Amino acid sequence: MVEQYLILGFVLFILGTLGIVVNRKNIIVMLMSLELMLLSINFVLILGSAILDNISGQIFAFYILVVAAAESAIGLSILVAYYRVRGTISVKFINLLRG
Amino acid sequence: MYYLILFLPLLSAVIAGLGGRFIGTKGAGIITTICIMITSLFSWIAFYEVGINMSPVYIPLWKWINVGTYLDMSLGLMYDSLTVTMLILVTTVSSLVHLYSISYMDGDPHLPRFMSYLSLFTFSMVMLVTADSYLLCVWGWESVGICSYLLINFWYTRIQANKSAIKAMVMNRVGDMTLFLGMFAIFVVFNTLDYSTIFSSTYKLSDYTIIFFNYEIHALTLISILLFLGAVGKSAQLGLHTWLPDAMEGPTPVSALIHAATMVTAGVFLLIRSSPIIEYAPKALVIITIVGTLTALFAASIGLVQNDIKKVIAYSTCSQLGYMVLACGLSNYNVALFHLFTHGFFKALLFLGAGSVIHAMGDEQDMRKLGGLIKRIPYTYSMMLIGSLSLMGFPFLAGFYSKDAILELAYGKYTIDGTFAHLLGTLAAGMTAYYSIRLIYMTFLSDTNGSQMNYKNSHESPWQMTLPLFILSIGSIFFGYIFKDAIIGIGSPFLGNAIFIKPNLNGGDVFIDAEHIDIFTKWIPVIISISGALLSLIIYHFNFVYNILVNIFITDNFINNFIRKVYTFLNNKWHIDQIYNNFIARPLLNFGHNTTYKTFDRGWIEIFGPFGISKSISYITKNFSALQSGFIYNYAFTIFLSVTLYITFINSNIDLSLSTYFINYLNLLLTLILIRFVFTFLPVNKSI
Repeated sequence: MVEQYLILGFVLFILGTLGIVVNRKNIIVMLMSLELMLLSINFVLILGSAILDNISGQIFAFYILVVAAAESAIGLSILVAYYRVRGTISVKFINLLRG
Repeated sequence: MYYLILFLPLLSAVIAGLGGRFIGTKGAGIITTICIMITSLFSWIAFYEVGINMSPVYIPLWKWINVGTYLDMSLGLMYDSLTVTMLILVTTVSSLVHLYSISYMDGDPHLPRFMSYLSLFTFSMVMLVTADSYLLCVWGWESVGICSYLLINFWYTRIQANKSAIKAMVMNRVGDMTLFLGMFAIFVVFNTLDYSTIFSSTYKLSDYTIIFFNYEIHALTLISILLFLGAVGKSAQLGLHTWLPDAMEGPTPVSALIHAATMVTAGVFLLIRSSPIIEYAPKALVIITIVGTLTALFAASIGLVQNDIKKVIAYSTCSQLGYMVLACGLSNYNVALFHLFTHGFFKALLFLGAGSVIHAMGDEQDMRKLGGLIKRIPYTYSMMLIGSLSLMGFPFLAGFYSKDAILELAYGKYTIDGTFAHLLGTLAAGMTAYYSIRLIYMTFLSDTNGSQMNYKNSHESPWQMTLPLFILSIGSIFFGYIFKDAIIGIGSPFLGNAIFIKPNLNGGDVFIDAEHIDIFTKWIPVIISISGALLSLIIYHFNFVYNILVNIFITDNFINNFIRKVYTFLNNKWHIDQIYNNFIARPLLNFGHNTTYKTFDRGWIEIFGPFGISKSISYITKNFSALQSGFIYNYAFTIFLSVTLYITFINSNIDLSLSTYFINYLNLLLTLILIRFVFTFLPVNKSI
């Protein structure tokens, strides 16, 4: 039972990662994937907290929620600023800082 | 006086070389000639004192190198009978050449330089023969080589002279290298380079072996062979002889000095000087004999068909040097010295006579364009005839006493190499007579073949040129007879300890044996010489050559083809120059360009050296920085992959000690690099 929940969290994390890696179109999808990754981590933390009977996992989950909200707010505002400058948010064109 | 013999030539070289501007051409000629003449006079006095009165002189000068007790080299001059015999030859011929050059080089703007070089050359040669150690001897040896370079290259605007001089220098260096090796071997074995110490201890070391190139070799044989190879270079023996004929590019007095009396005799002198070493190396003696014999025959056969008057004499020099080396190989060093002595005189006579001919005929050297000069320059003709007859060993001239003695001794030595030397030497003697008379005939006796202007302007040379010829002709006629008893007379104490001949315990003394050869055998060389001379006269006088040539070039049958091939073969010097150029010089140059230059200097070192490393690093870093494509998803992927790998590698090992950690980290790094190179082959959208 526990393994299945763990696998769910893991799969969600992988999905989020792949969403960032594979996605070549939209930066909003990237942010969503990021949120998904954080969500999966939250899920695993809560799961661990429930299994181990320890509250600190849930505390961390709350923190992460806050951080994720802040992060997505900042990220979206950067995005808006970026859109104002460039007129597009297509990931394909965000490569000005090449090595 | 003994100091002056050495330092007067140096003084005259310095005066003429550094002060040539102040004393002018005439002054330079006079001063150098007088200096060398005084040296010559002193040499004769020294010869009287040291040689006749048998009182060798040793003059220590100063310490040269002093490394504790290990190497204590002091400079010193040693005048024993061998030295003074060489000295009277060198300084006499040199002073005559100086006198001759005043007139021969008249009008040359660089006469002071020429005189300076001649004097410097004489100084080097005197240094070589008066040295008391191998080191000093080698000093003179190298110095002689440098002076020969300067003299051959005297007319330095001529490309041919430059090339000849470089060739002479380089081919001498090949021999010098082995001479150095020989000297080092001497030092290893004897721990000194002084003659006196070495020669007094050779018999103790007759079984001594040293390691040479990982082989255990009889030390004295090794030393002898290395010294002999040095002599091969300097004395133009077979193998390193090609520089000698080419050195005819220098002015004729230079040829007379370098190639008659001084430089080429240095090799033979070294052999004679090293006789106490060589005597304990019988194998080396056999090699020396065979090389000398082959040189004598080889050079004589080339001399048969050369058309340049100086080249004929040059090959004759080469051939006679072969005789001397042969005599050394038969351990008759006194005979070699005697032939060296007489040969110096008549070869200088021949060269200076040739110079006189060339001078008279407007610098024409090709014998085919000379001829009939007996009417125009009878004096030079007489002198050249004396020289040629002496060279071919005509009875009672100088060459007869020395050359026939060599052949007799070769016959008297009942060994295979002795017989070999006798047979080929006699053949070479016939050839010598042939080309000597051929030279005389084609230059003086035949019909006139040159241009009319040359004959109109031809004249006998001034006294500065004819007097040396006269004096040398006296030497060529009488010196064989005069010095015979002293140098090669049986039981003569003249040479004393200067040379060493090991008593032949098995089969009697060669010298005594040679005296008891039956009279017919003794006459063989003379008979063959005279018949060779007659053959050449007949062939040239009765136009046989012309007819044969007509036959060769018009009719086309087997015999004519064969004769033509032989003629071409000999005329091209046995193709040795071509062989050297094609199989040694050019491959070496190619090796230098392709292998050492293009492959190593500009190849491997460029790739693995600083330039290559910096270039490859910048290439790699460019690739690595191209990894930062600017696309977020690429970055994300890299991070994802790296973290995955990191976790994989770290978790695969439980043991997290430092070394394993490090190895894992290295593995990770390598994997990343690998991934990077995989990435280079993936299509990455680098631009917008």
